[in-house]
Amino acid sequence: MAVEATTGAELVLTRRSFRSFMSEVFGPLLQVLLFVVGSAVVLGGIVILLALALRGARTDIDLLQGTITILPQVIVDGLVRGFLYATIALGYTMVYGVLEFINFAHGEIFMVGAFVGAFFSAALASSGMLTTLSPILFVIAAVLLGMAVSGLLAMSIERVAYRPLRNAPRLVPLISAIGVSLVLQDVMRMIAVNTGLGFNAQFRTPDLGQPLVLAQMPIADERTIPVSIDSRSLIFIVVAIVMLIGLNYLVNITKLGKAIRAVAQDRSAASLMGIDVNRVIAITFLIGGALGGAAGILFGMRVSAINPYVGFLPGLKAFTAAVLGGIGNITGAMVGGIVLGFLEAFVASYLSLFTRGQFSGASYADIVAFSILILILIFRPSGLLGEVVTQKV
Amino acid sequence: MAGRGPAPYALILAYAAIVSALLLLNPTTGLGADMLVVLFLLLMFVIYRAPTILAFKLTLGTILLAVVMPVFGVLNPFYIDVVTKAGMFAALALGLNVVVGFAGLLDLGYVAFFAVGAYLWGIFSTPQISNIVPGVGPLDGSWFWLFLAIGLAVGAFFGVLLGLPVLRLRGDYLAIVTLGLGEVIRVLATNLDRPINITNGAQGIKDVGRPPLFVEPVFQALGINISRVQEYQLYFYFLVLLVLALTVFVVHRLNDSRIGRAWTAIREDETAAIAMGIPLVRMKLLAFAVGASFAGTMGVIFSALQTFINPPTFDLLRSIGILSMVILGGMGSIPGTMLGAVIVTLLDLQLLPRIASELAALQRRGVPIPSWFDPAQYQRLLFGLMLIIMMIFRPEGLLPEDRRRQELHHDEPEPAPESKTVAQVAESAQSAEG
Repeated sequence: MAVEATTGAELVLTRRSFRSFMSEVFGPLLQVLLFVVGSAVVLGGIVILLALALRGARTDIDLLQGTITILPQVIVDGLVRGFLYATIALGYTMVYGVLEFINFAHGEIFMVGAFVGAFFSAALASSGMLTTLSPILFVIAAVLLGMAVSGLLAMSIERVAYRPLRNAPRLVPLISAIGVSLVLQDVMRMIAVNTGLGFNAQFRTPDLGQPLVLAQMPIADERTIPVSIDSRSLIFIVVAIVMLIGLNYLVNITKLGKAIRAVAQDRSAASLMGIDVNRVIAITFLIGGALGGAAGILFGMRVSAINPYVGFLPGLKAFTAAVLGGIGNITGAMVGGIVLGFLEAFVASYLSLFTRGQFSGASYADIVAFSILILILIFRPSGLLGEVVTQKV
Repeated sequence: MAGRGPAPYALILAYAAIVSALLLLNPTTGLGADMLVVLFLLLMFVIYRAPTILAFKLTLGTILLAVVMPVFGVLNPFYIDVVTKAGMFAALALGLNVVVGFAGLLDLGYVAFFAVGAYLWGIFSTPQISNIVPGVGPLDGSWFWLFLAIGLAVGAFFGVLLGLPVLRLRGDYLAIVTLGLGEVIRVLATNLDRPINITNGAQGIKDVGRPPLFVEPVFQALGINISRVQEYQLYFYFLVLLVLALTVFVVHRLNDSRIGRAWTAIREDETAAIAMGIPLVRMKLLAFAVGASFAGTMGVIFSALQTFINPPTFDLLRSIGILSMVILGGMGSIPGTMLGAVIVTLLDLQLLPRIASELAALQRRGVPIPSWFDPAQYQRLLFGLMLIIMMIFRPEGLLPEDRRRQELHHDEPEPAPESKTVAQVAESAQSAEG
C-alpha cells in the first residue's frame, strides 16, 4: 500500500493483475448473464406450468402449444426490454450514487437521444446517403452522435438547474428536475414540428438485414416455425453489452472511476483528497446522459417511429429497475433492468393468451412494473443486490 | 394592522368601484376584459392584504364575489366559466397543499383521487352503473349532494389505501411511487371496459348527470330571464365558491390544530418528530386522506360541471399543473396556494389562448411572427420553466409561509439586500410602516 501512495495511480494500473482486471470488467456481466438465464428459465417454467394447469379451460386452441410456440420470441423481447431499461437505469443510478438525487429528467435525455438519431437519419436520407451507407457504420455513427448530444445536454442541465440547488432541501432539486423534463418535452416538440420531422418522427435506417434464424422449432402437424431474432434487436443487445463492458472498465479500472466512486462514498472527504467534486459530478451526468442517449438511438432504431413523449414511461420503468436492483449500485441497475424487462415481456405476451383477450397484456404490463416498484420498496428497499454488493456509484 | 385611518378604506373602495363598473359596462370578450378580470382578481388579493378591519374585508369580498361577479357572468358567460375553474383548482391545490405543504410529502399522483371522484359520479349518474349492478338504472341528479359527501369518503378511503404501502418511504421515493400510482389509475380507467365495462375505456363517459336546478323558480319569481346554460353556470359558480370557502376554513383550522403542528414537525424533521411521540404513519396517512378527500369531492363537482370525462383528463400534466400552483404560491401557505391556482388557471385557460389569438391577428396584418409560435400549445414549457425558476430563485413561493421562508434561507451566510425580490421589499416596507 505504501508503494501505491508514493508512486501514484498510474503505477497501480500497470500492476493490476490480469485476473483482477477481468473479474472487475466482466464479473458484473457474468452476474447479469446469470440473471438473464435465471429469469428466462423461471418465468418460462411458470408460464408452461400455468398453461398445463389451464389447459382444460380452453378448448378452441391448444394452450400449451401456443405457450411454447411464442416462448423464444418472448425471451428475445424480454432481453431487448431488459437491456433498454438497464442502459437507462444506469444513468439514474450513477447520478443517485454521487448526489442522492433522482434525476427526473433522465427519461427526456433518452428521448432527445432518439430524436438526434431521427434527425441524423433524416439528414442522411435527404442527401441520398442513407441507402448507400454501410449499416454498421450508420449504427456506430448514430450511437456516437446520440451519446455526445445527450451527454452534453445532461451535463449542461446539471450546471443550470441542479447545481445551484445542491444544498437545498431534498424536494427542491427534484421539483426542478420535473420542470426540466417538461421543458425538454416541449422544446423537442417545438423543434421536431418546425423542422419538418413532425410530431411522430420517422427513424429511417439503411437496410439492416434479415432476421437471424436461430433454429427451426417443430410444432404438431409436421410443420416447423423458425425461431428468429430480428436484426434491430440483435444490434440493440450487442451495443448494450459493449457499453456495459465499457462502463465497467471506466468505473472499476480507471482513475476517473476511482474518483467517481470516492465522491459517491463521501463527497466532502473526496474533496479533501484533492478530487474536484464539481467536475466529477458533471462527468457522472455526462456518462449517464451518454448511456441514456445511446439507449434512445437504439430504441428509436427498433421502434422506427418516435414522439417527444416517448421518454416518460421508459424513464419511469428504468427508475423502477434501478430501485429493483438497489439504487446507487451499477451492477444492480443492469440486473434490475433485465429482471423487469423479462417480467414485462412475459406479462405483455401471456396475460391476454391466458385470459382469452379479456385483459390487454400490453397495458397491464405497465401496472405490473409499478406494482413491482411498490412491493420492492416495501419489502426490500435495498433492492436485489443492495446488501450483497457494497460498491456504490 | 387595523386602524390606520380612512385612507386605505377609501382607496380600496375606489379601486373596487372602478373595476366593478368597468367590468359591468364592458361585457365583451377580448383583451380589455381579460385585463379587467385580472384586475378584479388582483383586487381580491389587495383586499386580503389590506390594513383594514376584518369585517370590512369580508363584506367587500362577499359583495364583489357574490354580486358583481355573477352579474358580470350573466353578461359574459366565458369569464364565469374561467373563474369557476380557477375556484375549483384553488380548492384542489389547497388539498394538495395539505399533503405537500403541511406534511412535506411530495405527491405526484394527486390527480388520481380527483379521477376517482369524477368517475364515481360519472358511473353512478349514467347507464354505466347498469353494467356493474344489473337492474340498477342511473341515479337521479338530486343524489348529487349526497355524492359530494360520498366523494369525500371514497377519496379519503383511496388516500389511505394508496398511502398505506408508500408512506414509509423517504421523500423522493414517495414522489416517484405516487407518480406511478397516478399512472396506474389512468391505465385502469382506460382499460376497465373489459371484461366488465366499468369506465367505458378511452371513449370516456358522456352525459354525466347534473343536480336539479332548484334556483329556477326563484329566478322566475324575481323576473330574471336567463337561459338554462347560464343558470347552471351560476349554480356551479356558487357551489364552487361555497366549497372553496369551506375548504379554506377546514384547511386553516387543521393547520392551526394539534394535527397541523404534528404535520409541521414531520415536515421539518421526521426523526425528531418520532422522538417527540408523534405517530408518524398515522399522521402522514391523515394528511394523505385529507388531501385525497378534497380531490374526491372536487372530482364529483368536476364531472357534473363538464358532463364528460375521459382518461386523458387525468394525466400527469394535470397533477403537475396543480403542483405548480402550490409551488408558485408557496408551499404550506393558504393564501399563496390560492394565488398560485388563480394565476396558473388564468394563464392556462385565458391569457395564453388570448395571446395566441392576438399574435395570429398581428400575423394576418403582416407582422413577422413565425407561424409555429402558438403560446397556447406550450403548457408544459410554461409549467416547466415556472417550476425551475421558482426552485432556483424563490423556492418558498410568491406568498411564503413564515416558517418555510426561514427554513429555505437559513444556510445563506448573509442575505444581501439587493437580492431581495420586489415582493419582499414591499413586504418589509409594509411591516416597517405598521
